[in-house]
Amino acid sequence: MSNLNPISAQAVQQAVDHALASVEAAVDLAALKAARGSIMGEQSQIVALNSQLGKIPQEFKAEAGKLVGQARGAISQAYASKEAELAVLEERAKLAAEFVDVTAAPATARIGARHPLALLQETISDVFVGMGWEIAEGPEVENEWFNFDALNFDEDHPARAMQDTFFVDPIESHLVLRTHTSPVQVRSMLDREVPIFVLCPGRVFRTDELDATHTPVFHQVEGLAIDKGLTMADLRGTLEHFARSMFGPEAKIRLRPSFFPFTEPSAELDVWHPGAKGGARWVEWGGCGMVNPNVLKAAGIDPEEYSGFAFGMGIERTLMFRNDVKDMHDMVEADVRFSEQFGLVL
Amino acid sequence: MRVPLSWLAEYVDLPGDATPDSVMAELVKVGLEEEGVHKFEVTGPLVVGKVLEFVEEPQANGKTIRWTQVRVAPHGEAAADGGADIRGIVCGASNFEIDDKVVVCLPGATLPGDFHIAARKTYGHVSDGMMASGRELGLNDDHGGILRLQQMGLDPKVGTDAIDLLSLADQAAEVNVTPDRGYCLSIRGIAREYSHATGSQFRDPVGNAEPQSTSGYEVVIDPAGDIRDRKGCIRFVLREVTGVDATRPTPPWMISRLKLAGMRSISLIVDITNYVMLELGQPIHAYDFDKIQGKMQVRRAAKGETLVTLDGQTRKLHPEDLVIADDSGPIGLAGVMGGLSTEVSDSTKNVMIEAANFDPISIARSARRHKLPSEASKRFERGVDHSVAKFAAARVVQLLEVHARGEAQWFGADFRAYDPQPKIWLPETFAQDHVGIEYTIDEIGASLRDVGCVVAHFDGGFEVIPPTWRPDLTHKTDLVEEIARINGYERIPARLPVAPPGRGLTRAQVQRRKVANALAAAGLVEVLNYPFVTDEQLDWVAVTGLEGSETPLAVKLANPLQGQASNMRVSLLPALVEAAARNNSRGLTNLAIYEIGSVFHPHQPVSNNGKLPIGNERPEPKVLDSLNATVPDQPKFLAGVFIGDRLSDQVGFKGIPASYADAIQAAKVAAFAVGANLEVRQASPKGFHPGRTAELFVTTSEGQQVVGYAGELDPALAVQNHLPRKVCVFEINLDLLGAVAPAVVQAGEVNTYPAATQDVSLLVQSEIPAAEVLAVVRQGAGQLLELVTLTDDYRGQGIEPGFKSLTFALRFRAEDRTLTQAEATVSRDAAVALANQRFGATLRA
Repeated sequence: MSNLNPISAQAVQQAVDHALASVEAAVDLAALKAARGSIMGEQSQIVALNSQLGKIPQEFKAEAGKLVGQARGAISQAYASKEAELAVLEERAKLAAEFVDVTAAPATARIGARHPLALLQETISDVFVGMGWEIAEGPEVENEWFNFDALNFDEDHPARAMQDTFFVDPIESHLVLRTHTSPVQVRSMLDREVPIFVLCPGRVFRTDELDATHTPVFHQVEGLAIDKGLTMADLRGTLEHFARSMFGPEAKIRLRPSFFPFTEPSAELDVWHPGAKGGARWVEWGGCGMVNPNVLKAAGIDPEEYSGFAFGMGIERTLMFRNDVKDMHDMVEADVRFSEQFGLVL
Repeated sequence: MRVPLSWLAEYVDLPGDATPDSVMAELVKVGLEEEGVHKFEVTGPLVVGKVLEFVEEPQANGKTIRWTQVRVAPHGEAAADGGADIRGIVCGASNFEIDDKVVVCLPGATLPGDFHIAARKTYGHVSDGMMASGRELGLNDDHGGILRLQQMGLDPKVGTDAIDLLSLADQAAEVNVTPDRGYCLSIRGIAREYSHATGSQFRDPVGNAEPQSTSGYEVVIDPAGDIRDRKGCIRFVLREVTGVDATRPTPPWMISRLKLAGMRSISLIVDITNYVMLELGQPIHAYDFDKIQGKMQVRRAAKGETLVTLDGQTRKLHPEDLVIADDSGPIGLAGVMGGLSTEVSDSTKNVMIEAANFDPISIARSARRHKLPSEASKRFERGVDHSVAKFAAARVVQLLEVHARGEAQWFGADFRAYDPQPKIWLPETFAQDHVGIEYTIDEIGASLRDVGCVVAHFDGGFEVIPPTWRPDLTHKTDLVEEIARINGYERIPARLPVAPPGRGLTRAQVQRRKVANALAAAGLVEVLNYPFVTDEQLDWVAVTGLEGSETPLAVKLANPLQGQASNMRVSLLPALVEAAARNNSRGLTNLAIYEIGSVFHPHQPVSNNGKLPIGNERPEPKVLDSLNATVPDQPKFLAGVFIGDRLSDQVGFKGIPASYADAIQAAKVAAFAVGANLEVRQASPKGFHPGRTAELFVTTSEGQQVVGYAGELDPALAVQNHLPRKVCVFEINLDLLGAVAPAVVQAGEVNTYPAATQDVSLLVQSEIPAAEVLAVVRQGAGQLLELVTLTDDYRGQGIEPGFKSLTFALRFRAEDRTLTQAEATVSRDAAVALANQRFGATLRA
């Protein structure tokens, strides 16, 4: 019986050194995994030593067992830490390999756009809906009674000839392409109960040739309010609110005497446009006035009891000076580049 | 109305530094919008010269020039340009004589058209200035020769400033006169308005003392044939001037004012009548009295009567036309144009002046009927002050006495049939109630008197008699406008009225916005097209709702614009296809565009709809219904067009051409936006590719509602429009789609048990639509099926000809438990079994 431990500290150390060298030698996770058997598996020196533990004399067992146990712990810790280290490196390499030039990203879907004239009508409508007004619509091919007679243009009224009307064939059909959105006001008064607060945006027609500032087909927005006790002060207040909503808090309005058959008193409306290209200035914006009593009567509303105001402006014109559109052709030619400048906003 | 400032200044005080712009800036405050500035654009030195001698020199080019010596300054004095007192001038005209006084433009002068005068070498001489014609100075159109001042009744000293002499420094402001303010088509009216705007003193050219009445000449005013119960003639003043010299020249200041006012100088008598019309607003006609036969009449034209008007045209008269006649028949179309037979000429000795007042409606209709809008008819249409007639006639007489050396007579006539001025009752607070300003009693009275009303204040209101020149003031509301504008619109305060609670946008309005935004987000660009189409375009494509008729009925315009089509569109597609072609021709070859707009669908031919009800009372319900029935249906449609690639060549992939599937997808996006479930089936409507087109429908509780079409356009139509063969389109009746969409979404529970998935490939005959097979698979798979999608349609190798393999991905889920794969398989097998029963489908091996 020797007094030497058959599992010497030296042998254990050698097994540990061998294993750690193998761990260290692994260049990637695959290599580490492949070497796992020889490091700490069945083929490893340390497992071989471990299996000898049962065969050695009792008095050495405790010491040898401790030695081998510590060694196995050290090896498996080294393995795990190497494994983690390699995993990080490999993930890093993988991400590096996955690099793309994001500046060359393809469009996965096309992007469209709204037409600014449609957007502007919606923007204006929203201002008035916010005040409790409703949006009224009506036919574009309209009976003359709604377009003229009910609006105090009788058949011989000089203003009826001013309107440059498209007539439907035959003339005796009394159908016209509405020359303004005012027939919608008439229809609103006929259909609704007072008080009435409606905004009428829509397409209108005049026999003007297309040029940089005219188009035979264009858009208007008109407002109508009928209630007890409405005055021109209410008209001015409404238009000021509208102007500020469209052109900013510094916008203001100016009224000038004018004439329209359907309003009395009547006024031309100018707006102070603080954001105008080339500097803030007054811009002619539209027409307005107090609803003529004859128009109220045409709708069966008693002018002695109710009064009202109305106003109207061109959408194209508004877009021109608000968004600096210079040529009417751009609005009517359906060139997608025009709409694409706006996308979904004005 | 063009207003020469020198003329205006006769009747209202203008500041010394007044310009057309400053005058317009004042007038706009009272409602006369500025239109522009007119001037002669002549600058000096322009002087009176005297022809001393000339030599005629024939030229090689056939012309003869006159090498002329002209004295342009008194002997020994420097001329206006600092040069010599005698100048040699080459002149092409030959209408002048030695000792003639002429207008010489010295070097440094500028004539209209930015024509600069300088000494220049021509025809072998140095021409040191220019002798001017009337046209060169912008005075008239006379280019027959140079102006001869003695012929114009002038004999100024040599060297006199010709700009002053001919009133060429005067300028005119042009303002727009609205139809209610006929009186502003006169210097008198504008002067009054300028006074309202500025407070300057107004001096009415119509004095308070009425001229003596004229009489002795028999005039018959026939009252028959009133139009809309209005008398044709309410005033007819005639006055004779004898012994005129019609050949006398029109004074240059008058020529200048007429010219600035936009009228040409014609002859002295005509110029004077025009001058007085411009000054007072009263149209005047002058007859050669010796050519009038017998008595004069004012009456409606008889059937078949004709009149040769001043322009030499023979006019067939209408029984509604008001005419002036003598024993020979009509000699003038009242208020529109005179007749040739009684026209004044150089030989006229005795003139009969007419200052009449005719009915605006009658004159407007005649002017329109004969396409003769004239300065006279323009004024009558808007209403002429009937009280001014005699003053105007007297003004003409005065001018004829002075300038034509005629002799005023009291022979004539003065017929009056006008009603007394109306009285309008204006309650004290009425203006305040409509304008929102607390006007004082004094302010109301003063502003109404200011515009010429006679005002009496009693019993809490005002009795107001409007002046004769304001036929537009008929109602108390009209007076409110006068009070508001005289006191200034800038005084109106601002107050925001409170509307009753609103319901927001209507369902249809919300739907249209959602559709428009969804399509834009889905890659389509919104465009707006004119709604006019040609006859051919009506026939291009089938339109939902109009499939039955061969060519759809359309609304046709009676007066389309030159170069524009004359029908209102029945479909949005023709204009969209043209828009696509326009974009394509501009190099924008990959397009997806859409439009939302009205189409016009009359359901019977548009025809005579009878007389309209009057305007200022609410029609009976029955009448309103019949008016509404005349208006054709105008549903809102949505349509789109695709050409080129859906996605163009990019990093990572080749361009993907747009196809029928994009058209269907866009239609489905629109349906999604309104909450409707759009289904498709094979169809071949007119104008579409017969094999690549879907009919779009929605299933409702009442059955299937077809709402539109989507697919490829007929390639022939595409090519005809200069587009590539493959154009994909869709069109939907948006109103219909919105109406059949469910009003409220009924939500189901979202269950969280695990799903089981299965794929199945079925062999079916090629012509069986995939959608039908899918529906049967869904039905056969039963309750457990959560989702089925078609993932492949394979034909070719391994598949028998005439057959196709459709692969479906099935996702099953139970409501109450985790499903086993075996249960899923049972459901799948049930689906296969039903497909087999319906279509003979078999599982693909």
